[in-house]
Amino acid sequence: MIAGIVRSLLSGSIVSGTPLLYATLAELLSERAGVVNLGLEGVMLVGAVVGFIATVHTGSAAVGLVAAGLAGGVFNLIFAFVVVRRRANQLAAGLTLMFCGVGLSALMGARYVGSQIAGLPELRVPILADLPIVGPALFAHDVLVYAAVPVAALTWWVLFRTRWGLFVRAVGENPVAAFAAGKNPHVVQYQVLFVAGVLGGIAGAHLSLAVARTWAEWMTAGRGFIAVALVIFSTWHPLRAVAGALLFGGAISLQLQLQALGVPLSPFLLDMLPYVLSLAVLAVWGGRARHAAPGSLGRVFQGTP
Amino acid sequence: MSAPPLLTLRGITKSFPGVLANDRVDLDVHGGEVHAVVGENGAGKSTLMKVLYGFYRPDAGEVRLEGKPIQLQTPHDARRYRIGMVFQEMIQVPALTVAENVALFLPDLPAVIDGPAIAARIRETSERYGLAVDPAAPVWQLSVGEQQRLEIVKLLLANARVLILDEPTRSLAPHEIDGLFQVFANLRRDGYAVVFIAHKLREVLACADRVTVMRRGVVAGSLTRAQATEAALVSLMFGAPMAEPASRATMAGRPAAAPILQLERVSVPAVGHGAGLAEIDLTIRPHEIVGVAGVAGNGQRELGDVILGLEPCRDGVKRLAGADATRWPVATMRASGVVFIPEDARSLAAVGGLTVLENMALGDTRKYARAGGFAIDWDAVRSDLDRSLERLGVSIPSASRPIGTLSGGNVQRVILARELARDPRLIVAFYPTRGLDVRSAIAAREQLLRARDAGAGVLLISEDLDELFALSERLVVLLRGRIVGSGVPAASGTRAGGGLSLEEVGYLMTGAERSARG
Amino acid sequence: MADASIVRDARLDTGRRLAAPLGRFAALLAIALALFAAILMLFGRNPLRAYADIFSSTLGSTYGFSETLVKMAPLILTALAAAVPARIWLINVGGEGQLFVGALCATWAAIHLAGLPSFLLLTIMAALGFLGGGLWAAIAGALRASGRVSETISTLLMNYVAILLVNFLVFGPWKDPEGVNYPQTVEFAAGAILPMLGGTRVHLGLVLALVATAVLAFMLARTRWGLEVRAIGGNAEAARRNGIPIERYVLVMMFIGGGLAGLAGMAEVSAIQGRLRPSLSPGYGYSGFLISWMAGGHPAGIVAAAFVLAVITAGGDILQMTQALPGSVVNILMAVVLFVVLGRQAGRR
Repeated sequence: MIAGIVRSLLSGSIVSGTPLLYATLAELLSERAGVVNLGLEGVMLVGAVVGFIATVHTGSAAVGLVAAGLAGGVFNLIFAFVVVRRRANQLAAGLTLMFCGVGLSALMGARYVGSQIAGLPELRVPILADLPIVGPALFAHDVLVYAAVPVAALTWWVLFRTRWGLFVRAVGENPVAAFAAGKNPHVVQYQVLFVAGVLGGIAGAHLSLAVARTWAEWMTAGRGFIAVALVIFSTWHPLRAVAGALLFGGAISLQLQLQALGVPLSPFLLDMLPYVLSLAVLAVWGGRARHAAPGSLGRVFQGTP
Repeated sequence: MSAPPLLTLRGITKSFPGVLANDRVDLDVHGGEVHAVVGENGAGKSTLMKVLYGFYRPDAGEVRLEGKPIQLQTPHDARRYRIGMVFQEMIQVPALTVAENVALFLPDLPAVIDGPAIAARIRETSERYGLAVDPAAPVWQLSVGEQQRLEIVKLLLANARVLILDEPTRSLAPHEIDGLFQVFANLRRDGYAVVFIAHKLREVLACADRVTVMRRGVVAGSLTRAQATEAALVSLMFGAPMAEPASRATMAGRPAAAPILQLERVSVPAVGHGAGLAEIDLTIRPHEIVGVAGVAGNGQRELGDVILGLEPCRDGVKRLAGADATRWPVATMRASGVVFIPEDARSLAAVGGLTVLENMALGDTRKYARAGGFAIDWDAVRSDLDRSLERLGVSIPSASRPIGTLSGGNVQRVILARELARDPRLIVAFYPTRGLDVRSAIAAREQLLRARDAGAGVLLISEDLDELFALSERLVVLLRGRIVGSGVPAASGTRAGGGLSLEEVGYLMTGAERSARG
Repeated sequence: MADASIVRDARLDTGRRLAAPLGRFAALLAIALALFAAILMLFGRNPLRAYADIFSSTLGSTYGFSETLVKMAPLILTALAAAVPARIWLINVGGEGQLFVGALCATWAAIHLAGLPSFLLLTIMAALGFLGGGLWAAIAGALRASGRVSETISTLLMNYVAILLVNFLVFGPWKDPEGVNYPQTVEFAAGAILPMLGGTRVHLGLVLALVATAVLAFMLARTRWGLEVRAIGGNAEAARRNGIPIERYVLVMMFIGGGLAGLAGMAEVSAIQGRLRPSLSPGYGYSGFLISWMAGGHPAGIVAAAFVLAVITAGGDILQMTQALPGSVVNILMAVVLFVVLGRQAGRR
């Protein structure tokens, strides 16, 4: 019984944490380049609905994933144009993107609400998946789950060991310096925002193709905002984001477990857990984390023009 | 030096709204030569350098490299022609390491960065030219001198052939300046061209092979090392012998009055990259100017903030006229006669979008409020402002315009008028003459002296050692949040009981070892 | 900033500002309408029919117009909820949550003090609504004032907590026992319903909203506190050095903003809904934030933008019925309008 709970909790944390991790990495890259995207929620929704529709029509979840990523990338470019080229206020533009994503995904997915699909197949790792408790919890997941931590590691490597990553960080810290070095900050930001859009789209696709295997309006339920909080929590470091995503995936999973166990606590109060936890974590750690923020982000969050 | 110049500028003209910064300027830059550009603030030196580096595009004129005309549209072009610039506000990324900052500017950086190789190249260049800097250190930890060395290394590794430096000595202590000039000598030996905007005439005399003097946007003259004497330079810069700077005129024979400010073992924790304060003991009396010397970033801002009440003291006691003011908020400190004259009135004391009159009212909103706060007595504000401006002997165009539309000098005057109108007991002045032209700087110093004569105590925080020596009764030196030396400013070489010479202050400011002296 | 001017001077960004604000807004609106029409056509709908439906149901009849006014009331209040803190550059995107908490507090009074005379009951409900929303926002304000959390994030997260709280109450302790399992509270007594105009649903809340707009404008321009607020907004560092207590103003401005959103919640639950339901707000809080940004915080602009959005929002209900479109499709129209408006701010950050 306990073993079953532990296994469910562990497995659930990983499954719930995966879209959070992709979304956090998307936002992390974006903010490393000095852009805050509150519209990540909308990007995820667009990815989720496009991935779902593509999978339904082609029968292939792989195609669905690719489509979701591309859709997310292109959708985020709208935001990129408004914010980078037109220098609009990032927070307002982000919220607008969110609205657009909510409405667009509702429109596109109207026909598909509630339909069930097989989605991403579960891939069992041959011997390891048969280990007691740990086996099914860790080694019987879809491809996106397995790829999540490697993608986080790749993000770290790109940011800290490649030339492009150096440009990205320079643009986010001090765009004037990057400009003086001959790099066009705008071009770098466009590139980053496209990549972030792809990751966000994939995060959404994981929700519709693996976690829920269906489509529902606004099915991200604020995960895009939790990701923004997670980026701060992980002090903009990709590897720490893994820990954060796991923790919050655990919170989401915990309340599902408690509901399943018939714990007589209102599901709504349990649903609050991830949000309250995000807030609590930020309240405790946030002050310190601010000094680790990429230099040009300060302006955005202080609301100064 | 009879070889043809490496770089020639002819007829460079550049104007901004309301000011003609460069007016048909000609300049020759030779390889293997140190070329100094001098002139008072606003003469157009900085603009000229930025044109040379491609940050500004000139309205007219041409630039030739080895005789062939070139187009400098952007800094990218300048770098292609191997022209490099070290900025006054350095274009560095504080959060990244020295090596990463250098890598950013390398023309041949591979897609995957080879950290150790870059570090090796940095060390090699450092040793060759005397530019000690640690590749692995994050830039925010570096001192001003080290940051400067990083900039030069960056340029050398980016294959610059011409190095332009904009007032490199402004924030350096005397012995660091010597070190920099040694670097120039090393660079000259290897054929580099060094162009720098000099801050003080004696620097020019110390190291320049050629001097160009600018005045109000035009080139007043260009002299070789042999021709450059102090008199010659001064006459080119001002067209006349310079006015005597305000002198201390000590208040001799005044009985020691009770202190107006006492800081006893005051400490403030360091925040982020700041310095914090540790066990500061400081006393300021009425009719006294106490100068604070030190390189910016060693606790000056924290000192001012803690006196004003912006920053709470973690330990220690602060007394204002004997009363325990340790926990007083800013409003109470101001109401008790403490005023603050910032280094940049426009950004730190004035609210640009509000009118001059509204800014005046902000000085003490409680005083001008009526009907419990629902209305403001603008007539009282007006008369107070007029009275104070008259006392200062200045006038401003209009009091109903947004203060942001006034010139920097006028904003400074309004803020000065506002603060002095409160008949302050204690004035905290930050770099009051930075960026001002000579006339305004002299006027500002005179204001401080007059306030001191009227009974105020003044804390003068400045990087300009000459200014500190000219105005202060007493001097303290701030390093990493501690007072590392204090005494009466003394002439060089003398050591009359507790005196501090210029050189000693320089060493204290940078924490270098004091050399033995008689 | 010298550095910024260097970047601009080197022509990294060549935005130009356009002229006459009102004509400009009309032009932008036209562009947005065209884009939305294109999207509708992409999905096989007739945009002209859709726009005609929207027009006739909102502006084409007295009742339709009154319905538009009904939607304007909460939009103006939630816009003010964002605009007031925005004066000192605080980003309050928590209007939605603050609205719900205000509605929640007002509901408590409506249920537990139902016996009181109407005038007293409504006053208490309004006061509690303001207080509830204000305190909810003040939490975020306190977190910001102490330097821990950006109010943008905290208010966003607290939106979800507030909505879940209302859900909890409405599905649980406050559920109407005769409600056949619908998630809603008991119907409010007649004394708890805000008076309305004529045969329409236009209620006192609209008056409150307009009065609040005027009062706030006066306070800002004429009083001592207004001067201090403008100083903080103009140059917070200078204001701080002049002794203005910034942290206190952060708390107060967030409280006032949240209170206004709370009032919107009280008005909605009292006049429009008559009971507390989870479907209380179709995103008024977020729309209000966007209205405030579109209008740049100007009172007249807020009223005008609220009007436009009220038409769009009312239109959404119609489109759901006549065009078989999901209700949230108007979010696209709203987003398109906003993108067009945001996109024209070239050169301004």
